Amino acid sequence: MSTSPALAGAALGSDQSPGSSPAAGPPGATSPGARPAAKPARRRVKARNVAVFLMLAGPNIALLLVFTYRPMILSFYYSMLQWNLGASVARFVGLGNYVEWFTDPRTPTVVTTTVVFGLVTVGGGLVLGLGLALLLNQKLRARGVARTLAFAPYVLSGIAVGMLWLYIFNPRYGLLKVLLENIGATTPQWYSTTPWALIMIMIVYLWKHAGYVALIYLAGLQAIPQDLRDAAALDGASPRRTLFAVVLPLLGPVTFFLLITTTLSSLQSFDLIRAMTDGGPLGSTTTLMYQIYVEGFQTGRAGYASAAATILFVILLIITAIQLKYVERKVHYS
Amino acid sequence: MLTRPSGTPAPATPNVPNPGAVLDRTEIRRRQRRRARLRRIPMDVVLYTVMAAVVLVMSVPLIWMVLASFKAPGEIYSVPLTWLPESFALTNYREVASAIPIGRMFFNSVLITTLGAGLKVILGLACAYALVFVDVPLKKTAFVVVLFALLIPGQITIIPNYTLIAGLGWLNTYQGIIIPGLASAFGTFLFRQHFRSLPVSVLEAAELDGAGHLRRLWRFAVPMSVPTIAAVSLVSIVGEWNEYLWPMLVVDNPTTMPLPVGLTLLQRVEGLQNWGVLMAATTLVTLPILVIFLVLQRRLVAGLTAGAVTG
Repeated sequence: MSTSPALAGAALGSDQSPGSSPAAGPPGATSPGARPAAKPARRRVKARNVAVFLMLAGPNIALLLVFTYRPMILSFYYSMLQWNLGASVARFVGLGNYVEWFTDPRTPTVVTTTVVFGLVTVGGGLVLGLGLALLLNQKLRARGVARTLAFAPYVLSGIAVGMLWLYIFNPRYGLLKVLLENIGATTPQWYSTTPWALIMIMIVYLWKHAGYVALIYLAGLQAIPQDLRDAAALDGASPRRTLFAVVLPLLGPVTFFLLITTTLSSLQSFDLIRAMTDGGPLGSTTTLMYQIYVEGFQTGRAGYASAAATILFVILLIITAIQLKYVERKVHYS
Repeated sequence: MLTRPSGTPAPATPNVPNPGAVLDRTEIRRRQRRRARLRRIPMDVVLYTVMAAVVLVMSVPLIWMVLASFKAPGEIYSVPLTWLPESFALTNYREVASAIPIGRMFFNSVLITTLGAGLKVILGLACAYALVFVDVPLKKTAFVVVLFALLIPGQITIIPNYTLIAGLGWLNTYQGIIIPGLASAFGTFLFRQHFRSLPVSVLEAAELDGAGHLRRLWRFAVPMSVPTIAAVSLVSIVGEWNEYLWPMLVVDNPTTMPLPVGLTLLQRVEGLQNWGVLMAATTLVTLPILVIFLVLQRRLVAGLTAGAVTG
């Protein structure tokens, strides 16, 4: 992984014309006689390595510090200010913004929306994704086409996907209206009524993300040795029993990984809500993430929005910490 | 393997009214196998039906979008819905172009995606090389800085980054859109994983031949990493093309506006009535990525699922 000192010495030796001066010594710091002479040389290699390191890794790390770490820390600071975006004056209010957030009458709605959205998109995504993966893992003709199509929406712009589904959900001339009429159901006012707007976004979210879950599950399924299934079948286990007693338990680690990653992305989703409802009607599709945007950039209360952002960050960090702890333990005991 | 070895007395089965557990199991197994064979055909019917349903659910919305982009308003609002447009005229696309400078936005998107993804890959490659092959003190710390950045969601950085970019006078500029998202913790992480799997002997040989770090990076490490570079590039291209929140915050002028932001601008200009026009713009936003995805599916999927394999 790292360059050994012996190699560094050799590289230095080969940089100079061979035997140019006795002080430089023969290439290779391995000979004990060369030690005292090689010391300043080694220091020079070190200095040059630092220069090379700064040149190669410096820009990336500097950008991370300026645009990722600095804002993270500033966000904590902003969260303690009563400050409007673009204003030159700010008042230090300590934990005032947090107190306000926790006592705000709209907070229960935001929390409920976030939790419902999270549970449905994560739970639904795992179930649909697993089902899709089990289906596409069967030896079926043209399953490649289905796999490609199932994954395609995942790579498309959330704004575009939201827009195209808005057309399909249109209560007056949408495709879905016709389908619902065919089975004798009436179309809800998807855009403007309270539970339906959120349900609409969650359906589209699942359509866009189920293929990703399925793909990860497929990789997990293909990693299960066929021997194990054969053994279960020989012992007289029905396909269903094999699925529940052998396959699903072995998918445990994959499920855990997906649970974490899909929760993280669900909590951060923005584009679909923006394109389809803009947080409405009456704030019923405003998740915590969307609240940060609304408070910070529409209402302009940057301090309050930063407090909400910090709360979201802490939640995300706890989820990630759970994952890291689990992964560490897995590595430790395997 | 279809019958039990003769150790078990075979004639016992029909005569004994209460057959032993062993025989019971053989019989069950035999029946199961027969049933499985018989069931296979209806089972296939079920599986293919479900798969057809999946194909329809996934593809019809996209097909519907493209078809609607050619439909005149009368066709869109006609009461028994029609599938195919009367003609494949580009009227809606022309109307998009008259409502918003879609050509300019397409150019902006291409430029931002190319520069953003290209620089991201170069920065990530160089950083990962230094983290793996250049020996300096505090290298571990530098890696931890990169790794921990993976845990910081971009969403919590928007307000401080916005004030910084606004303070620099970079609102409505390409650099304001591109630079804050350039540093790639994810790409660096993947490249580092890959570099650590490279045969060290090749790079050592290059070093012995007098190749400096830069030469070793471009002539040896990069050519040995083409699949990883392709995967990270494709993920970055898709990410940059679809990026919405940050560009939406820093750009309100169509001159530098990328396509997804233009799409919500069009939504505001046209309202939610003129679906043919909206679907034409939506098609323009999705089609390039859809084509890239269909052509380079394997590489793109490898990149998008790389986190799962390493995590």
